[in-house]
Amino acid sequence: MKTLADAWDWLADSAHWAGDGGIWQRLTQHLVLTVVCLLIACLVALPVALVLGHLGRGGALAVNISNVGRAVPTFAVLVLLLLTPLGRWGEGPTVVALVLFAVPPLLTNAYVGMRGVDRSVVQAARGMGMTGPQLLWRVEAPLALPLIMSGVRLAAVQLVATATIAALAGGGGLGRIITAGFNLASTPQVVAGAVLVAVFALLVEGLFEIAERFAPGRARRNGKG
Amino acid sequence: MTAPPDDCLARNEWICGKYLSTRRDILVDAVLQHLELTALSVVLALAIALPLAVLARRWSLAAGPVLALTTVLYTIPSLAMYSLLLPVYGLSSTLVVAGLVLYSLTLLVRNILAGLRAVPEETRQAARGLGYGPIRLLLTVELPLALPAAMAGLRIATVSAVSLATVGAIVGFGGLGNLIYSGMNTYFKAQVLTASVLCVLVAVLADLLLLGVQRLLTPWTRAARS
Repeated sequence: MKTLADAWDWLADSAHWAGDGGIWQRLTQHLVLTVVCLLIACLVALPVALVLGHLGRGGALAVNISNVGRAVPTFAVLVLLLLTPLGRWGEGPTVVALVLFAVPPLLTNAYVGMRGVDRSVVQAARGMGMTGPQLLWRVEAPLALPLIMSGVRLAAVQLVATATIAALAGGGGLGRIITAGFNLASTPQVVAGAVLVAVFALLVEGLFEIAERFAPGRARRNGKG
Repeated sequence: MTAPPDDCLARNEWICGKYLSTRRDILVDAVLQHLELTALSVVLALAIALPLAVLARRWSLAAGPVLALTTVLYTIPSLAMYSLLLPVYGLSSTLVVAGLVLYSLTLLVRNILAGLRAVPEETRQAARGLGYGPIRLLLTVELPLALPAAMAGLRIATVSAVSLATVGAIVGFGGLGNLIYSGMNTYFKAQVLTASVLCVLVAVLADLLLLGVQRLLTPWTRAARS
């Protein structure tokens, strides 16, 4: 209990929030890293998944990539990238690693969602004379939306976690408060940093939960209830 | 003064046979620590998850809170989880095991519960009609039928635990993660790459081992498919 009180004191100290390496700066870094990498990963993964799902090709790749992503430690990839020439390029290794780990859930969920669209609906759309692209945009993608969104949610949570570990490999973000705490052997700072990270992660998860609740009925019906 | 040797270690190459031969003991120790951390945490998580899932199945009021709690635990990033446990366990391997248990718990509870819920109602009624009591029903009908889903969860939990154990390097108990961490600080490429590859190998082998166990435990799923 004493540690928790100390951690609270650490958080309550305004000196820890302002300035270089302060909480606000780390929070902004974490948020920017997460959002930017989520956008890049979506731009990379979703078109591929939608087209593969529409054509019904490459299923083995789309489904297995998630298993591969799980077996490869994020920490190892971060450090490997740091030691390549990319490491000299500031946040480069962090951004690449984050995108790499956000792609598998996006790809798998969007692909499974596209393939899960009722075949009779697809055939009806074809019978009405829809072309391939029309079918993809107006029928398959909207019906696959719940699963696509749950992929985005998984990717976002994964990004927040990976961005935290990036601090071990010298990246910016809230994880830096934790690693700095370990270096100073300051348990209150470590716990305070961990609380910030946990709250941040839960807020992101909560945001998606709320978005799912208030989404139009269509987007929610097939969601993971 | 002798000239420094001109080998792959001195040149700091990614792939280095000499690293493997000269640091074999360190690598073996790291792999053993890695195996110990993951095996212990997955077994403990299974021991906790099984009663929780059975409870959530039997008593539907418990299902909501159990699932909500495990989801919250799973959302907390690994580095933060280890850090939150620091005041409780200090810099110890117990801290890493406790963190991994909390992660594996989510995956196991969800999958075991899904497996139990998927047992057809007719099957349970048939067993009851044969005079099966609740315990015998659970042990000889429901759990065996939930086994494929539970094993799928166990495989995912194990692979994730192997991967997340590396982050334990922050407290000095990360198995192969320790080698990656120290290799990063000394810019030692061969060590980082070797430890990373070994880590993926451990995950893949553990997954295959569990797949084999699943085949042995559920012979009926194979018969049905062929």
